[in-house]
Amino acid sequence: MKKVFIYSSFERFWHWTQAVLIVFLMLSGFEVHGTYILWGFEESVQLHRYLAWGLVILWAFAIFWHITTGNWRQYIPTTQKLVEVMVYYTKGIFHHLPHPYKLTKLRKHNPLQRLAYLFFKLIISPTTWVSGLLYMYFAEWTTWGLDGYLSLFWVAGAHTAAAFLMMAFFCGHVYMAFVCSPITAHLRAMITGYEEVEEGE
Amino acid sequence: MIFSPLYDQMLSLKDTWMRGFLFWIFLVWMATGTAFGAVDSVGGLDFLGKLGNTSSTDHRKLAPLQGPFKNGPQVTKACLTCHTESAKHVMATEHWTWKFRNKATGQNLGKLSVLNSFCGSPQSNWSVCSDCHVGYGWKPNGFPIDARDYDFANEGNVDCLVCHDTTGEYHKTPEDGGQVFDLAEVAMNVGRTSRKTCGGCHFFGGGGDGVKHGDLDSSLFSPNRSLDVHMHTGGLNFNCTTCHTTDGHNVTGSRYMPKAKDQRGIDVPGWTDTTRTSCESCHGLTPHPKRPRINDHTSRVACQTCHIPFLARGGKKTKVWWDWSTATRLNSEGKPFSEKDADGYETYTSQKGTFRWAANVEPEYFWFNGLTQYTLPGDPMANERPLKVNNILGSYEDTGSRIWPFKVMRGKQAYDPVQNKLLVVHTAGDDDSALWKHFDWGKAIKAGMASIKDSSYSGKYDFVETKMYWPAAHMVAPVAEALTCTSCHSQNGRLANLTGFYMPGRDRFPLMDTMGWILVALVSMGSLSHAALRIYFDAREKRLR
Ligand code: HEM
Repeated sequence: MKKVFIYSSFERFWHWTQAVLIVFLMLSGFEVHGTYILWGFEESVQLHRYLAWGLVILWAFAIFWHITTGNWRQYIPTTQKLVEVMVYYTKGIFHHLPHPYKLTKLRKHNPLQRLAYLFFKLIISPTTWVSGLLYMYFAEWTTWGLDGYLSLFWVAGAHTAAAFLMMAFFCGHVYMAFVCSPITAHLRAMITGYEEVEEGE
Repeated sequence: MIFSPLYDQMLSLKDTWMRGFLFWIFLVWMATGTAFGAVDSVGGLDFLGKLGNTSSTDHRKLAPLQGPFKNGPQVTKACLTCHTESAKHVMATEHWTWKFRNKATGQNLGKLSVLNSFCGSPQSNWSVCSDCHVGYGWKPNGFPIDARDYDFANEGNVDCLVCHDTTGEYHKTPEDGGQVFDLAEVAMNVGRTSRKTCGGCHFFGGGGDGVKHGDLDSSLFSPNRSLDVHMHTGGLNFNCTTCHTTDGHNVTGSRYMPKAKDQRGIDVPGWTDTTRTSCESCHGLTPHPKRPRINDHTSRVACQTCHIPFLARGGKKTKVWWDWSTATRLNSEGKPFSEKDADGYETYTSQKGTFRWAANVEPEYFWFNGLTQYTLPGDPMANERPLKVNNILGSYEDTGSRIWPFKVMRGKQAYDPVQNKLLVVHTAGDDDSALWKHFDWGKAIKAGMASIKDSSYSGKYDFVETKMYWPAAHMVAPVAEALTCTSCHSQNGRLANLTGFYMPGRDRFPLMDTMGWILVALVSMGSLSHAALRIYFDAREKRLR
């Protein structure tokens, strides 16, 4: 085994900040949605608003970072070893077989992760923030001449749909973070930046 | 300083990205921090309630006012020797003409034309209803009186004192009851209008204290802060005219055509106009600097909606149900009678029928663009029941509409089932057909209908259930008592019935919610099963080894 530096400090900062923001956005968002009472409606609305801005700013930076550093290529989907990875998670992992995919700084994500994150980045996130910002500026729609094109029903609907997808993604993602051996390996990598990979190749 | 170790660490970071990012966070934090330092409420405005209290004329010293005066019109004549144009001004206003033309709907409104669901119509009932007209000369030749006989062109009939009395002694109709006050004393003490003079009529609309509006009753003569933040006697102490500003005796803010959505904001005299009859005239369009999300409501929700949480909060009840159909019952001796509730409010009188009263009334909410379409006497009645005596216009789609609070008055009143129209009833009078004297609907309706222009009447009458909408704008509560978000943004909130648009917290997407939770459950269950399998295989492997 050797240690490979995979996650730069910006990436780690981005990841954890986003994680915290999204947890609290979910909690406050679903209170606004009327699913439960937690902090109180007005408090949740206010919190959701601040956190949303945090997330928008964070994303703006992340997008810029992905473009300027070329890291966006990490998410180009590939079928290479896709089947092997799927077989690994449904069979090999139970018998402690080696992971069929080796990580390097240039290929941080296995093909399955690539697909999942691509979905997150191209579908869930954009839907969330486009619908969220429109939702936030509902009062300006008339001024901006959007009244005839949009209805809050659809904007809030899209936002809620994206929120559900986000929650599902979140649940799966948190679990997958522990699907490795030792089970804290991924977690540690996301904190320190170093992942242990097997020698060779 | 607390941050310095962290900061050192940051500086040591090779990662330029990280540093750039933190710098931006700092900038944004600074920017938002400054934005929240804005002003938060209107303070130090007590002078508004006292405005105009210093007169440049002492009316006690004016020769024409020394009297003695035999009657009101003589005082008016004296007033007009100096205030040469005042009578003309008054005679151009609704207070005098009792006419209001709604240019947008094309309807002729005003008390001379409309019918309401309380006393009905002043037509044929002038002996009582004219008490609240700002003019003398309604009862010169006995009964019945017809508005068509009234001299609307006579300056000498303008009643200056009913609005400008400051003594509290003055009554308009000394001809009847004999004059118990000294007119000269009243004349020498004239001044600005007050809650007393305005309220003398407006707090008693519908035939008694608080009957009509729900947001106007005698408790507003000296309200506490909780009842009305602006008129609170120990606080801002506003007069009616502090908001209902006047020009040339024309008082702004008629409910015949209220400004449902003020888009101009703060009115600066000389720049916009001098009227202050909307909340926005003083508070602007974004009056919640610390709670910006609430400002987002102002284009669709009237200030009154949240800030008038309940009507009739001052300890007086307002009438919410008036059923005329039960009137004219007499007791075993053939005499009219009345019944009262535990608080002394009439629940039945032979003259007027059955009443229901309520205090702390939760308003009902509707979209309103300021336009009201009346069912006027002679108009064919719409099919909808209860019949809307006045139909308020507006909708979610109409961006000129906002959600407004209303007192909705309900009851039953007389109509002509053959000609399908509401009937004017001759209720008050000292003649041989008045309902309140003879308890005979047939005669009273015949006389009532004879008094109006479109006097046709089939001879048949019945009672129809009606309702009438009264927008609320007074009894503005302090912030702490205003509605909160969840008063409306919740499933059984106050706007539960105002459907047809999406409202967060109230509305859901039932199908999507179900599907969303199923998806989340599937992912979680999948993860847990996967974990269980891993644990199982691990254990088995250990055992085998
Ligand atoms: C770009 C980021 C986001 C923005 C700009 C945004 C904005 C908003 C706005 C404006 C609202 C309406 C309530 C209010 O006025 O505050 C809202 C509601 C909501 N948000 Fe977000 N949000 C964002 C991210 C998220 C995330 C990440 C989640 C959860 C995963 C989420 C879940 C919700 C939910 C469930 C609602 C309630 C929708 C409803 O019932 O109508 N939001 N969001």
